[in-house]
Amino acid sequence: MASTQQLNDLTTQVRRDILRMVHKVNSGHPGGSLGCAEFFVALYNEIMERKEGFDMDGKNEDLFFLSNGHISPVYYSVLARAGYFPVDELNTFRLIDSRLQGHPTTHEGLPGIRIASGSLGQGMSVAIGAAEAKKLNKDNHLIYSLHGDGELQEGQNWEAIMYAAANKVDNLIATVDLNGQQIDGSTDQVLNLGSVRAKFEAFGWTVVEIENGNNIEAILEGMTKAKTLTGQEKPVCVLLKTVMGNGVDFMMHTHAWHGKAPNDEQLEIGLNQNPETLGDY
Amino acid sequence: MTKTYTNTGSKDTRSGFGAGLTELGKSNENVVALCADLTGSLKMDDFKANHPERFFQVGIAEANMIGMAAGLTIGGKIPFTGTFANFSTGRVYDQIRQSVAYSGKNVKICASHAGITLGEDGATHQILEDIGLMKMLPGMVVINPCDYNQTKAATIAIAEYEGPVYLRFGRPKVANFTPEDQKFEIGKALHLQSGTDVTIVATGHLVWEALEAAKTLNEKGISAEVINIHTIKPLDDKAILDSVTKTGCIVTAEEHNYLGGLGESVARILAQHKPTPQEFIATNDTFGESGTPAQLMDKYGLNAEAIVKASEKVIKRK
Repeated sequence: MASTQQLNDLTTQVRRDILRMVHKVNSGHPGGSLGCAEFFVALYNEIMERKEGFDMDGKNEDLFFLSNGHISPVYYSVLARAGYFPVDELNTFRLIDSRLQGHPTTHEGLPGIRIASGSLGQGMSVAIGAAEAKKLNKDNHLIYSLHGDGELQEGQNWEAIMYAAANKVDNLIATVDLNGQQIDGSTDQVLNLGSVRAKFEAFGWTVVEIENGNNIEAILEGMTKAKTLTGQEKPVCVLLKTVMGNGVDFMMHTHAWHGKAPNDEQLEIGLNQNPETLGDY
Repeated sequence: MTKTYTNTGSKDTRSGFGAGLTELGKSNENVVALCADLTGSLKMDDFKANHPERFFQVGIAEANMIGMAAGLTIGGKIPFTGTFANFSTGRVYDQIRQSVAYSGKNVKICASHAGITLGEDGATHQILEDIGLMKMLPGMVVINPCDYNQTKAATIAIAEYEGPVYLRFGRPKVANFTPEDQKFEIGKALHLQSGTDVTIVATGHLVWEALEAAKTLNEKGISAEVINIHTIKPLDDKAILDSVTKTGCIVTAEEHNYLGGLGESVARILAQHKPTPQEFIATNDTFGESGTPAQLMDKYGLNAEAIVKASEKVIKRK
């Protein structure tokens, strides 16, 4: 088990990766990626039971599905640093002939990815299907998924949320990144979500809240609790309260950096706030 | 000499799908089925009764059904989704595009009540655009079998194929004439009738009509070649080109809009390799309407009589 310090160091390095990846190609989505850096680090390094290597079927291991595919920078960085593919390959993000497409895909055969995502609202259904496959295969491992809060505006989510409760899909932990931001502004301004907790509970889910979704220890505690709530005939939802752009002060608490890359000067400021820990790619 | 085909008893192609699925339930434990509140209409009752653990009732929620099917493939399942053609395609196009086709998932999208022969429910349910929608998706196989036996065989065959498939069938009882034991080969056109004056290439419910048309044409001294194109993508280019090399003209027949359908796929091959006069038996960029299947096929020009006229016309254009 890694120490909190080790996980924090990895998170800092992941932040550097994110900033450098989007800066290099002057495109990509740093805001949501930074907000979820701690979550991904905790998930892949402490929470999930993973096998060595990668195969599509993923039998006898926990699986993760990213529904809000635009936060691919954090996903790629954490996958690479967990050993799914060479860290140097982060250099190819969004470039022609790369396996690291703007949004994650299986099409180029990047290890670690099991479904394409980017067009929003589809990942919950896919995660439920994978959870049902686990049950049929008598595989007791869990399915994890991540969804944006703005993404819940897509109706397919609510079809899936209704299905999972009605059919007791209790080997699923679906996390919602509650950062309160989307492209056109705050979620309150664009299309108010109301109480996400009340909605999930009304649909029959068990809900766990992680108040500080940018704190490794809080995430570990909350996700460990979520795990203990699986297998009880209800799907589990984790509400992860994060700050978009976390770890880079001028990117925090705003939707401005949803899909915008830093310039040279901004990159330098961001990197200075996150000194190299494990080594840049 | 025209070959004689016998209708062994009219049946609906959707029942062929149901029968195929029943067999798959017994023979392949990885086959699972999902349905969006149309179990009876899709003839999935047997599968559901025999394998309740492998049957997923998703309710009236087609987008979730397609996404779940994609997820079920992860873990080695072979999902067959079932709903009407309209709700299997247009309603869930982006879900199919991203979660199934682009993701390369082994999902079989099985669509009943395709085309105008859905009948009295009218245009909201009569999709005439689905072949076009599905064939445009990279990697998607598109199959439109002609009768009960062929639909059953196709259902069984697609479970053996690794990759996304769109299987289109219908509601009305139509002639059942293909051999019960005929193996279904994806992408391999079936040569039904030899002829020298005109090639008739038909798919789905129009295949029987094409055979009827060939009989009438024969009586008029016109020798028609009839090809059953059950797989629209990948299309059997060679079968089509070989035939028009002999006949010099072609009629395509389908229960679908002429835009985006089989006819356009055939026209592309001909334009690239062997420009040939072609006439289209298809709907003319229109929605359908309520009526009996026979009335609608007649009104929209999708029957043997229309194929005969189109054949006579295209021969004059040679």
